[in-house]
Amino acid sequence: MVGSQSNSNPARIPALGFRALALIVLSILLMWLDHREHHLDAVRRAVGVAVYPVQIVVDSPARVWSWLRDLSASKNQLQLENSRLRTEALITRGRMQELAALKAENDRLRDMLDAREQVRGEVRVAGIMAVDANPYRHNIVLDVGTREGVYDGQAIVDASGVVGQVIKTGLTTSQAILISDPDHALPVVVNRNGLRTVAFGTGEYNRLSLPFLANNADIETGDLLVTSGLGGAFPSGYPVAVVESVTRLPQEPFAEVSATPAAALDQVREVMLIWTRQQDDGTGNE
Amino acid sequence: MSNARASRQLPVLITLLIAFMLMITPMPAVAEPFRPDWLALVLMFWAMTVPRSYSVGIAWLIGIFLDVAQGTLLGQHALALCVIVYITVKFHLLMRVFPLSQLTATVFALLALYQFLLFWINGVAGVTAPIIDYWGPVVAGTIVWPFLSTVLSGLRYRVQTGG
Repeated sequence: MVGSQSNSNPARIPALGFRALALIVLSILLMWLDHREHHLDAVRRAVGVAVYPVQIVVDSPARVWSWLRDLSASKNQLQLENSRLRTEALITRGRMQELAALKAENDRLRDMLDAREQVRGEVRVAGIMAVDANPYRHNIVLDVGTREGVYDGQAIVDASGVVGQVIKTGLTTSQAILISDPDHALPVVVNRNGLRTVAFGTGEYNRLSLPFLANNADIETGDLLVTSGLGGAFPSGYPVAVVESVTRLPQEPFAEVSATPAAALDQVREVMLIWTRQQDDGTGNE
Repeated sequence: MSNARASRQLPVLITLLIAFMLMITPMPAVAEPFRPDWLALVLMFWAMTVPRSYSVGIAWLIGIFLDVAQGTLLGQHALALCVIVYITVKFHLLMRVFPLSQLTATVFALLALYQFLLFWINGVAGVTAPIIDYWGPVVAGTIVWPFLSTVLSGLRYRVQTGG
């Protein structure tokens, strides 16, 4: 019977209160260090190495599932998709030639105006682990880390637009914050007229808010917002969002503007990491 | 002798590992706020039944692992788990003889305390979260508790008697 076990005597549990108090104090110390000074990043990375296998196990059903799906795709399906992708690649390459010419012209014009040259760095594709990160924030876990040259603050985009920024790096994985997180702010510029403002996350995947536009600011529904490059985190020119609604109340100093992110933030599976040239240490692929 | 003891602890460690994995398994965004705090529940159960082996130290350590996996402040979940496991161990004799309804109510209170500590720390650190993120896991965890404790009870006899 259960009650006859000797481990049920509370007096036998040594120094319970003392141990608990010591651990609580230690926790507070750790949290303070982690929050203020990021001294504990090395500790976090070390523990992350132990956590990584568990994350792999949790991620594996999703990977196995998509591998099985790929395996069972019929030859016909694959051929159709193949030819569709070829056409898409051809069109993209054609457009890129035009862009190369535009970039060259842009560089010449900037040179004439003595403006600083825009840096275009290396990029690398990374996968998102099907692992849930912090439940209070819009975070994702990437399957690359410092081993691949990933650094804190690195910009992440996908095919449609800006996705977010790396906030924590481990050896083999990293955590990134999405632009839809309420604590994220992104300097943007309106593509149409060059108006600069900041886009904030709202906690909803499909809405960003631009709270600092005056009532008479030149902004309209349908305007494309791109990164302005200010703040150094994101290179300029990447699509961020499309303005979805502009509400101007006469008594308010600022208009209420919300925008829909260009990237489907709750559905991203693969992203591109961007190295700006100052950070490039040669480990990024092209 | 120590081999037998180790094999007795293995089922518990496996349950803790599974609870950990359940905490980081992705869920659809709609269901996310209603994820029970599996680790808190499992640790409370083992602290109640085998407090000599599973007490504040293990809870704290697992909390650290959870902090690293979820990217929360290092020590946040560790502190919260440590506190509720401390309370569970302190009153484990009393809790063991509670009828299931009373025990479930106690679990509800402990889960609410757990979330309160997490939210308090979040508040100090400047992280905001909607209120459903607080009560969702508490309610879900309370509902899950009777079934979970039944499942784990089956393992309990193996662990304590070695049979």
